[in-house]
Amino acid sequence: MSPFETLRFAFGGLAANKVRSALTMLGVLIGVAAVIVLLAVGNGSSQAVKDSIEKLGTNALTVSSGGGFGGSRSSGATVTKPLTVDDARALADPASAPHIESVAPETTTSQTALYEGTSHAVSQVVGTYPAYFKASNSKVTKGDYFSSDDVLGSRKVAVIGSTTATDVFGTADPVGKKMTLGGTPFTVVGVLATKGGTGFQDPDDVVIAPLPTVQNAFTGFGSIGQILVEAKSADATSQAQNEITTVLMGRHGIKDPNALDFRVSNQASLLTTQADTNKTFTVLLGAVAAISLLVGGIGITNIMLVTVTERTREIGIRKAIGAPRGVILGQFLAESTLLSLIGGGLGVAAGLIGSHFTIVGIKPVIIPESVVGAFAIAVAIGLFFGGYPANRAASLRPIEALRHE
Amino acid sequence: MTPPLWPRRTATLPEAASADGPWAPAPVIEVRSLIKTYGHGDAAVPALSGPIDPVSGQALGVELVVEQGDFVAVMGSSGSGKSTLMNILGCLDVPTSGRYLLDGIHVGGLDERQLSLVRNRKIGFVFQSFNLVPRTPALAQVELPLAYAGVKPAERRRRAEAAITLVGLADRMDHRPNELSGGQQQRVAVARALVTAPAMLLADEPTGNLDSRSTEEVLSVVDRLNAAGRTVVLITHEDEVARHAKRVVRLVDGRIVDDVRQAPVGGPPPALREDESLVGGGR
Repeated sequence: MSPFETLRFAFGGLAANKVRSALTMLGVLIGVAAVIVLLAVGNGSSQAVKDSIEKLGTNALTVSSGGGFGGSRSSGATVTKPLTVDDARALADPASAPHIESVAPETTTSQTALYEGTSHAVSQVVGTYPAYFKASNSKVTKGDYFSSDDVLGSRKVAVIGSTTATDVFGTADPVGKKMTLGGTPFTVVGVLATKGGTGFQDPDDVVIAPLPTVQNAFTGFGSIGQILVEAKSADATSQAQNEITTVLMGRHGIKDPNALDFRVSNQASLLTTQADTNKTFTVLLGAVAAISLLVGGIGITNIMLVTVTERTREIGIRKAIGAPRGVILGQFLAESTLLSLIGGGLGVAAGLIGSHFTIVGIKPVIIPESVVGAFAIAVAIGLFFGGYPANRAASLRPIEALRHE
Repeated sequence: MTPPLWPRRTATLPEAASADGPWAPAPVIEVRSLIKTYGHGDAAVPALSGPIDPVSGQALGVELVVEQGDFVAVMGSSGSGKSTLMNILGCLDVPTSGRYLLDGIHVGGLDERQLSLVRNRKIGFVFQSFNLVPRTPALAQVELPLAYAGVKPAERRRRAEAAITLVGLADRMDHRPNELSGGQQQRVAVARALVTAPAMLLADEPTGNLDSRSTEEVLSVVDRLNAAGRTVVLITHEDEVARHAKRVVRLVDGRIVDDVRQAPVGGPPPALREDESLVGGGR
């Protein structure tokens, strides 16, 4: 018996019960397609998080006032010194902090914007330096950024987020227009590109103005909220973080590195944590899909057992005319493997097609390994679960098989 | 035309004697002290026991020797053990005790793989209920034993076509079993049984499910095969069928009670000889 003939017999056997074979294949198909699509959805959502990390700028570090996690309560913490513009200036010194590209002190408040009777509560009014735009990956689509001269001159100019632009100015072009922010008139010089929301706060509902202007109008000239630091490269963030810690410890007179009165956080690492959570989610989805694949495999066993029982007499005939055990085994194994092979192949096709659609707001991204893996597992399941019925068929005694009605 | 009677001759024992001779070819079938019992212990039912030893009360087992070229009809009512004997001769079932030599091979000592080889090469089996593989065209049906024997496709096809032509179904090669009459199905089964050129043809009531015309068709094929030198053992309970055999063995309750030779081992089977004698102007 050549392999080709075994295959031909197997096709014949499957064709004899078309509906049954089709339903069994459907089971495998659903299993394989589910594995591929669900893993693609999980992967797609992690990919979305990764994209937003890149949007944020992976080089950005935020220095904020206050102890680290639990640090404020530790014995070494004495008085918390607030962050000042001088701290920021010290960080910008390339001699003490060579891995730092730029530094932008920022102070944050929220104010109500008024324009021709339209009132809008802006969630974030940021006073900062022009370096902020690059560090926070904020790009202007209309108009321009404010300049260092604007900062030095404390000019009342502002760059606004896209949400703020539409809420305050509607369809009108905001560039060059004056809006009142908390009683102070500001001239809009630029509108930022839409970043898209990933958290609870809309990052596009923002007004960015020169630091002294905001301090003068709203927050006062004391401490600043945080300092945005941009490292030279993504790889240099940890060195930059060490340099920030060293410089600020010196300025704040802290000896114990466990009792810091400031905190350096990496927004990218925060999102990486979120990506890890997504990975867990993906694994769970994959597990559910794998179960459905397993159920498909049990379907194969079930059908093959029925087939063996139904064809016991035929097995007896074949044995009586001299079919060796291996041929019978091969035939039934070929049938079950063929079932899983075709089912798996169609499942891969269905999975690939299904992954082209957006599912619950997530664009699925196919993991190539999942396609190969799901298909291979499906075929292996066919072999494994077909093995038991095939073995049962092959070890039947010819006389018993022939007497079977 | 009613078939004319031909003289019956009671079988004497010379063939057994010649089988034991040192120069004679090994008999195709040599069964010694064969016993088959179904069930165990108190529930054991003897199917084949042979004569009972008058002294010890023990079953001595069935003794049967079939020479090459012989045509033996095994007769008996249902339950007489004839099907059991046939299944053991066809290596489909194993005896409880005793020796069975097929073409000189001790079958009891073979493993599963060797048994399937023996079934394939040495035995051609024809069943009462045809037992064709469903949904398979006649030609493929006949090719099947050759496929199991590992014969190359071209050679296989040639031999299968020859076998099918021999049973007179050259124009039915592509028909599936459900497109053939009972007689045609049985002739396909005969073609399948003889395609591997086995040492013997075993037929378990081959005409039991056939009308008289189909019976004649099948039996004439069997007659011709035997005339060509093939050993044939067939089970029947019809005297009409038994008349075709050279030797008739009767079984009752698992024992051989009658062993009648109707024609010599060498030479054509009685039916063909009758035809010849008819052609030759009768006796």
